[in-house]
Amino acid sequence: MIQFLIKGLLRDRQRSLLPLLVVTIGVMLTVFMHAWVTGVMGDSVEFNARFETGHVKVTTRAYAENAGQIPIDLSLEGAGEMLNILHSKYPDMAWVERTRFGGLIDVPDESGETISQGPVTGLAIELLNENSGEKERMNLTNALVRGHFPDEPGEILISNHLFEKLGISLGREVTLITTSMYGSMVFHNFRISGTLSFGMGSLDKGTLIMDLEDARHVLDMEDATAEILGFFGPGYFEPEKAEAMCRVFNEKYSDPKDEFSPLMQNMRSYPQIANLLDMAGLMAFIITAAFIMVMSIVLWNTGLISGLRRYGEMGVRLAIGESKGHVYRSLISESVAIGLAGSVAGTLAGMLCAYILQEKGLHFDVNMDTAAVMMPSTFRAHITPITYWVGFIPGLISTVLGTMLSGIGIFKRKTAELFKELE
Amino acid sequence: MTNNENQAIIALEHVVKRFPSGKTWFTALKDINLTLGRGEFAGLVGPSGSGKTTLLNLVGSLDSASEGRVDVLGMDVGKMNAKKSATLRKKHLGFIFQTYNLMPVYTVYENVEFPLLLLKEKAGKRRKAVMEALEWLGIESKAKSKPARLSGGECQRVAIARAMVKKPEIVLADEPTANLDAENSHHILQTMEQLNRELGTTFLFATHDEKVIKYLKRKIRLFDGKVAADEIIQS
Ligand SMILES: Nc1ncnc2c1ncn2[C@@H]1O[C@H](COP(=O)(O)OP(=O)(O)OP(=O)(O)O)[C@@H](O)[C@H]1O
Ligand SMILES: [Mg+2]
Repeated sequence: MIQFLIKGLLRDRQRSLLPLLVVTIGVMLTVFMHAWVTGVMGDSVEFNARFETGHVKVTTRAYAENAGQIPIDLSLEGAGEMLNILHSKYPDMAWVERTRFGGLIDVPDESGETISQGPVTGLAIELLNENSGEKERMNLTNALVRGHFPDEPGEILISNHLFEKLGISLGREVTLITTSMYGSMVFHNFRISGTLSFGMGSLDKGTLIMDLEDARHVLDMEDATAEILGFFGPGYFEPEKAEAMCRVFNEKYSDPKDEFSPLMQNMRSYPQIANLLDMAGLMAFIITAAFIMVMSIVLWNTGLISGLRRYGEMGVRLAIGESKGHVYRSLISESVAIGLAGSVAGTLAGMLCAYILQEKGLHFDVNMDTAAVMMPSTFRAHITPITYWVGFIPGLISTVLGTMLSGIGIFKRKTAELFKELE
Repeated sequence: MTNNENQAIIALEHVVKRFPSGKTWFTALKDINLTLGRGEFAGLVGPSGSGKTTLLNLVGSLDSASEGRVDVLGMDVGKMNAKKSATLRKKHLGFIFQTYNLMPVYTVYENVEFPLLLLKEKAGKRRKAVMEALEWLGIESKAKSKPARLSGGECQRVAIARAMVKKPEIVLADEPTANLDAENSHHILQTMEQLNRELGTTFLFATHDEKVIKYLKRKIRLFDGKVAADEIIQS
């Protein structure tokens, strides 16, 4: 009997191949859509992590409190030891030191008179340390407009916009005027090796990027750093993990009574980022849910129609003496088989597409000067554990429910009426 | 008249069948009283809409009476649950439908085999019975064909083979020759007559085809949902 039913299923394309195709395509779209939306939302969040917050960030308590003022005088001392601790406790994470500072760039003539001047936001990163991964993390290679990356101490990068405003040429010596960690005025000459453009208003106005060791020297920050940023291996923020990390770390190393003791914060500790995270999560949920709903209705109808289409056949089988329960169960088994096969095939296909987009990304060359939040220009899909099962909601559940509903007609109707559907 | 024919195999008592029609009801069968003995070769005749198919459906427990009682093989069909009536159909009834109702994805052989699969017959026994039925009806050469590739007459013969293969006690045949030419009709009716004679199978037809009526041994004339005449033809 089972053989008989399988034979029928395989031979009737309208009953097997067609629904299978519809389910596969529907599931594929759902799976891909979910990974894509998750990826795009995640990328927006990730962008902020890479430039500002890290997935987690270690600073002094005082620095964290006054972060808006970029207070290098509140930097963390004993940075080397702290890094050792972090590396050994969390070996799966990437840890980098960064220091931000405010200052002024001054372009002097031969006699030392100012030709032009401009305010800068300095960002000292591990630029000369090739293992730091900072160039890739901040996408600097793509942002480089002129010149080259610093090869040696004393070279800096500035934003292209500022470079043009100052009206200077590459290789020119400029003077950075700022204050050291201990509050004294500092004048130091640097050579501009290259210029950068991120396509982001806030970063392009007046950013100066230099190597961390240079900054240490200039700002008198021996063995100190303003921030230590930690990044999760796979490249996406993991809220629960980060939250737990911070709790454990702070319990052990942070002392509420000592404002210079270290404090670990995660992305969620910043209200705007927490909002962005919540919004991203909500958006991903809404878009995915809407998509699942649409696909569910389509697949539900496929189940419904393929059930209704077969009332005649059901009538014959009932008339010959098959019981209603048996007919119904065989109908459901078929739709489970098709729903399952389609969901598996669709999930595989959808994940393949998502994987390609996760690895390659889709690049948008849009100028986001006016964007209020930091937005990346490359969108990637992101495969999460949910990606593995999300397609089964429309693929299996909806298909089978649709069939179940249409199959109820078998019970509700008199067998004689089922024939009427055939005629 | 054999002794068997006196034993009621189908009995209808004061049977009424109403169908909902808009807000009111349409009465398709009005107080039908009818008894069929074992081994009869009887037919319901009458104009279109007189209630022939409706009556066959009640006997076949494909539908239930609004009032009255339908007994088949001594069992009250109206009191049976779905499972019991499925068992009755599976074991004792064979249907031949006006529109053949063959399952298009299955071959002739598989269509005819289906009732035996339901009865969980052994493979060897199934093969023998199917081939025998196909031979009876002269369609053994079409065993591997799908219904779509058969002529109307061949389809009708497959439908008859499917109804007969399990050698049921009762065959209900609704316009079995409606789509057949004279030659095919006669051939099929002769085959049925032979089965009736050799196996004692009870036949109840529904038809207004003169070719069928000629063969009937009992004509039950329906008119407007009532039995208008009931005559036994002496051969
Ligand atoms: N499910 C139903 N709902 C409503 N009316 C029905 C239903 N089935 C049959 N009828 C009505 O009952 C009457 C008898 O129908 P039935 O099919 O039994 O006629 P028949 O004698 O078989 O006709 P024909 O020779 O055309 O097949 C018809 O008027 C028909 O419209
Ligand atoms: Mg009829």
